[in-house]
Amino acid sequence: MSKERAPQPLTAVSNPPIQPLASNLLPGDVVRASAMSNLPAPERQLTPVAKLIDVSKCIGCKACQSACVEWNDTHPDIETNVGVYDNPHDLTPDMYTLMRFSEYENPNTGDLEWLIRKDGCMHCADPGCLKACPAPGAIVQYSNGIVDFISENCIGCGYCVAGCPFDIPRISQKAHVSKKCTLCSDRVAVGQGPACAKACPTQCITFGTKDDMIAHAQERIVDLKSRGYENAGLYDPQGVGGTHVMYVLHHADQPALYANLPADPTISPVVEGWKGPVKTAGLIAAGVAIAGAALHGLFARANKVSAHEEEEAQELVDNAGRGGDGHAGHGHGDETPDRRT
Amino acid sequence: MTNSWTDVANTDLVVIMGGNAAEAHPCGFKWVTEAKHHRGAKLIVVDPRFNRSAAVSDYYAPIRPGSDIAFLMGVIRWCIENDKVQWQYVRNYTNASYLVREDFGWQDGLFSGYDEDKRAYDQTSWDYQMGEDGYILSDPTLEHPHCVWNLLKQHVDVYTPEFVENVCGTPKDRYLKICQMIGETSAPDKAMTSMYALGWTQHSKGAQNIRGMAMLQLLLGNIGIAGGGMNALRGHSNIQGLTDVGLMSNLVPGYLAIPRESEVDLASYMTSRGNKPQLPNQMSFWQNYDKFFVSFLKAMWGEHATAENDWGYHWLPKLDIAQYDAMKMFDKLKNDEVNIYFCQGFNPILAFPNRNKMTEAFSKLKLLVVMDPLATETAAFWENHGIYNDVDSASIQTEVIELPTTCFAEDEGATVNSGRWLQWHWAGATPPGEARTDIWIMANVFQRLRTLYQTEGGKLPEPIVNLSWDYHDPLHPEPAELAKELNGRAITDIPDPANPGSLLLSAGQQVSGFGQLRADGSTLGACWIYAGCYTEAGNMMARRDNADPGGMGTFLNWSFAWPANRRVLYNRASCDLDGKPWDPSRKLIEWNGERWVGNDIPDIAPTAKPHEVGPFIMNPEGTSRFFSRKLMRDGPFPTHMEPFESPVENPLNRRMVGNPVARIFADDLAGLGSREEFPCVATSYRLTEHFHYWTKHNRVNAVTQPEFFVEISEELAAERGIAKGDRVRVWSSRGQIWAKAVVTKRIRPLTCDGRTVHVVGIPIHWGFKGAARKGFGPNSLGPFVGDANIETPEFKAFLVNIERAAEQEVPA
Amino acid sequence: MTDTRVHSAAGDHIAATHPVVVSRYRGFTRINHWITAACFIVLLLSGFAFFHPSLYWLTNLFGGGQIARWLHPIVGLVLVLSFFGLFVQMWRLNLPRREDVEWSRRIGDVLKGNEENLPELGKYNAGQKMVFWGMTALILLLVITGVMIWEQYFPNLVSIPVRRIALLVHAIAAVLAVLIFVAHVYAAIWTRGTIRAMTRGTVTGGWAFRHHRKWLRELAARRDNER
Repeated sequence: MSKERAPQPLTAVSNPPIQPLASNLLPGDVVRASAMSNLPAPERQLTPVAKLIDVSKCIGCKACQSACVEWNDTHPDIETNVGVYDNPHDLTPDMYTLMRFSEYENPNTGDLEWLIRKDGCMHCADPGCLKACPAPGAIVQYSNGIVDFISENCIGCGYCVAGCPFDIPRISQKAHVSKKCTLCSDRVAVGQGPACAKACPTQCITFGTKDDMIAHAQERIVDLKSRGYENAGLYDPQGVGGTHVMYVLHHADQPALYANLPADPTISPVVEGWKGPVKTAGLIAAGVAIAGAALHGLFARANKVSAHEEEEAQELVDNAGRGGDGHAGHGHGDETPDRRT
Repeated sequence: MTNSWTDVANTDLVVIMGGNAAEAHPCGFKWVTEAKHHRGAKLIVVDPRFNRSAAVSDYYAPIRPGSDIAFLMGVIRWCIENDKVQWQYVRNYTNASYLVREDFGWQDGLFSGYDEDKRAYDQTSWDYQMGEDGYILSDPTLEHPHCVWNLLKQHVDVYTPEFVENVCGTPKDRYLKICQMIGETSAPDKAMTSMYALGWTQHSKGAQNIRGMAMLQLLLGNIGIAGGGMNALRGHSNIQGLTDVGLMSNLVPGYLAIPRESEVDLASYMTSRGNKPQLPNQMSFWQNYDKFFVSFLKAMWGEHATAENDWGYHWLPKLDIAQYDAMKMFDKLKNDEVNIYFCQGFNPILAFPNRNKMTEAFSKLKLLVVMDPLATETAAFWENHGIYNDVDSASIQTEVIELPTTCFAEDEGATVNSGRWLQWHWAGATPPGEARTDIWIMANVFQRLRTLYQTEGGKLPEPIVNLSWDYHDPLHPEPAELAKELNGRAITDIPDPANPGSLLLSAGQQVSGFGQLRADGSTLGACWIYAGCYTEAGNMMARRDNADPGGMGTFLNWSFAWPANRRVLYNRASCDLDGKPWDPSRKLIEWNGERWVGNDIPDIAPTAKPHEVGPFIMNPEGTSRFFSRKLMRDGPFPTHMEPFESPVENPLNRRMVGNPVARIFADDLAGLGSREEFPCVATSYRLTEHFHYWTKHNRVNAVTQPEFFVEISEELAAERGIAKGDRVRVWSSRGQIWAKAVVTKRIRPLTCDGRTVHVVGIPIHWGFKGAARKGFGPNSLGPFVGDANIETPEFKAFLVNIERAAEQEVPA
Repeated sequence: MTDTRVHSAAGDHIAATHPVVVSRYRGFTRINHWITAACFIVLLLSGFAFFHPSLYWLTNLFGGGQIARWLHPIVGLVLVLSFFGLFVQMWRLNLPRREDVEWSRRIGDVLKGNEENLPELGKYNAGQKMVFWGMTALILLLVITGVMIWEQYFPNLVSIPVRRIALLVHAIAAVLAVLIFVAHVYAAIWTRGTIRAMTRGTVTGGWAFRHHRKWLRELAARRDNER
């Protein structure tokens, strides 16, 4: 292995270097990790990268899906046809990306539109999965924006599923770890773009620095507007801090047209509450309870039975044995027991 | 393709009709997205289904399968009526002004000379009026009533927008909008490209569909220019190479003809192929026919081919009929006239229509040899797979031998793409198991056969015994050796006619182009159009320089394009009469005062003066043809013909069934389904997820599209009580299939001739072998009918019926 | 006097008279209790590991996060079954009674150990009853939400929004359960002589007299009757 470090990737179409290169995505580039608060400060800032999916160029060929399966060596099931083109029918632990087909009759033009969106991890700047994850280091975010699942650290609890605003992670029932698109972090690490972008025949999927991708998207939006798509726009939802997978949409005003792409995704307040106040308050409450008990134990006298009470009890039992009514003592116990039949 | 894939990026308007480039040619389609992105090009899709191409189109219109000619003739009519004509081009580069014989005519949907009993035309009248000087008579004013232009105007007159709407079911407003968009490219500096594939060829009048668009492109001046052309998208990666090297029953390599029985010797064979120019100064390139043909014969029989024996002409088979195309052969199988069938890289049990007939035909064979990398349905046609292949195995006595071959990635060689580029590739993997290259298998079969002929003799052993087999290892010729032979070389020293005393080539040297081939037996060359692919400079097909200095996407140092490394055919027509490009920003070539120069190899003699030599050098008249003379069996103009099975009658002639001269056998004609019994139009198609019948063997492809389905409209589904994902039965007069139903808005019922026409889309990719779920193909239903000119089966339009079927577990 | 038990459970009896020893829990109940307790502790430890990163190290007690994740819901189900056993045995004596109001009102005296100021009680005081009912409610809530978030076996049982709520509710319920657990354990320790009720099954007469006098009275009376 050469000591030379792989370059940072610029595009997905450029051919990879052929000499062996050391990874350019290092543990020190992790800026956030699940269930780990005190990460060392990163040594450097990588250029943020992004995958841009220009939905207006997508022909739904599923080359991205195939490339994804090949590169990640997954083995999705051969399912059935259920009356649509979407296959597999949903993301699975073996299918990290999926073409979702939607038929839309545009009421403004009277034209039918076949909207085909490549679904998969959006690599949020503020990842809900990472927030929800209880396993330290199972989900990491690199300084270039890639959110990656580290299977060795994953416990398969499925919290990330609830944390994700896009319904992306899937838990493998075989390996019991969570799976999703890694943005081909292993390829990016050696200066290549994601496999899906490499395979995309129409370059609907492009990859590069996030700035370049935004600039490219703007160019595409101008073109789409010139073709009558007045609401063409970039999907880079700020509710999750922006994403490192972005879409160019013909109808950016209606993301839901594209197989229910959320209009304004955020980490659910329920998840925020769960991983925020509840976590803190719960820990404090448990701590206070234990401390309170300890203090009480230390400073309050123990609730002990006195010898006198032992005698009283003896007397009570003895009295009862002698046929008395068992009434003894000096407390408030003058109440007659209920008699239920 | 007249142009190339990369040239599509130069266009202003892409018309995808008779194809589905995004779906079936996704990698090539990238050039459409390039044109859209960088040139602001528009994309029009006309198709019965709102398909994947339509998904990224700017404008879409539906059309009834099998009605394309009416649409195209209608567009021509509209362009003429609205003066959307590239007049300079039409006047100078086409045969518009030539006079046609007075006895030519068209009536009731038929051209002059039809013989109903023979199902054929007497084509005598389909020609120009010739002057006494042997040249064509013309009227440059275009006023003569029998000039091609006026005949064309007359011919298209019936195709009014109302007629088009009525026949095609295309809404009139959509049709007119498309006319307008297309018409704009008649400007000399605008280009339109036509991308088509089996959506036009798989009809009984497929060649005429393509003619229709070619004529429109001539009218608009879009042939020969960058971003223009007639671009046939070839299906297999090397299917262009298949036709180039003559794997057709009536051709030898380089589109030269196999002799007819009547052509008793070379001289009589050449009489109809002399191709004397029919206008002054014209190149009439086919005058060189004999050079190519003799060089081919020398490649076949080497030293045994001599002037005395007509270069071995008599050892070529002679055709007693027009051709023994696949349909004819399968009919002969069925009639028990064939004993042994070699099936090489072909899966006819799924690829050819009327599956029941095909199974019956194969069951009559004594021996079937299948050479294929995959376990094909054809090799297993005798296996019972329940409803998926319901045969009685015990009653089939055919012996089947499977010879496993390598697949393209395990083998070295060139594949020819749609743009005629011969791209060399290298083996990327080791063949599995006992797989051998096709070359190895054929060489071994040949050597054993030759030994038999040598030892046992037989009837006419010479073609086999004398065959030239000049390879280093006779049992394993190398791809490079074969490529060199296809390119051609000098057998003896060739003197240089320009420099007396010096040599053009010394004996044994590779020719650098077909211009060096000779008719005197001093050169050999197996495929003249490939001359230049493997020269003394090396393997031109292996070049990988992607420099494109002119920015026109010609990439002259990337691989080799036939002919002569030319990237755009007829590129002389990209310039005006003075030799200046119609559009200076899209210059392919230009006349610099002395010669033709530019970004492409000129498709004309380099020093041929403008104004003198016409741009269409392959035609003896030097121009292109609106009126195709006798070259098409079903007419010199395309005329609307219904599919053999059609939901409506032909409004031009209500008695006419299908194409009156198309390939059909009597029993198949009798077995056609009626529109009453089978009211829906079926059309077959490909899906991006699969490649023909191969990728169902691949798990990843099977995952992305696992199970056979048919596509129907929501309206038809509602009418038949079919829900999305239901199992349905589809049947024709020839068979039945079961499928899942994809119910979609992307197919809409059409109104034609006052009837509602429902379309049923049937993808082709499933069979009973492989990783995907077992299923069927449209060939279980389609009619055994072929195109009139090239015998391609009519898979794109036939009649079926459909109903909801009981659910049944589909075996994996 | 009849055989009807008002303040005591079947099996509760005066086990010895000199000195007085009262049998509070028979063996079955004690085993039942300790199974429940063990489950609860496992759940508490594994649950806390998932609850807060600072406690993730607790997964090491189970051989790692994967095993802890696998174990937690299974033990949860055991706990539910086990707790159900306790519930069946104890629910009747945990029904609220009038004296519970008085007891609760004097919670200050309770915490100070001034039992002489409190009313006479049956087998359980109001605090114990709150532990019982609180745990019952929370365990019910925990098992319902727990199944909803049980990825391994019920990955698609509920929608993701519901699942988020389930996770939140599960966490809150768990914290509350832990608080009750702390109270329960602490009370058992602080109130001397209590723990032996769940170990040996018996308490001293004085303990019974001090804390659950009505219960003692009833048992004493029953003993008389039985003779």
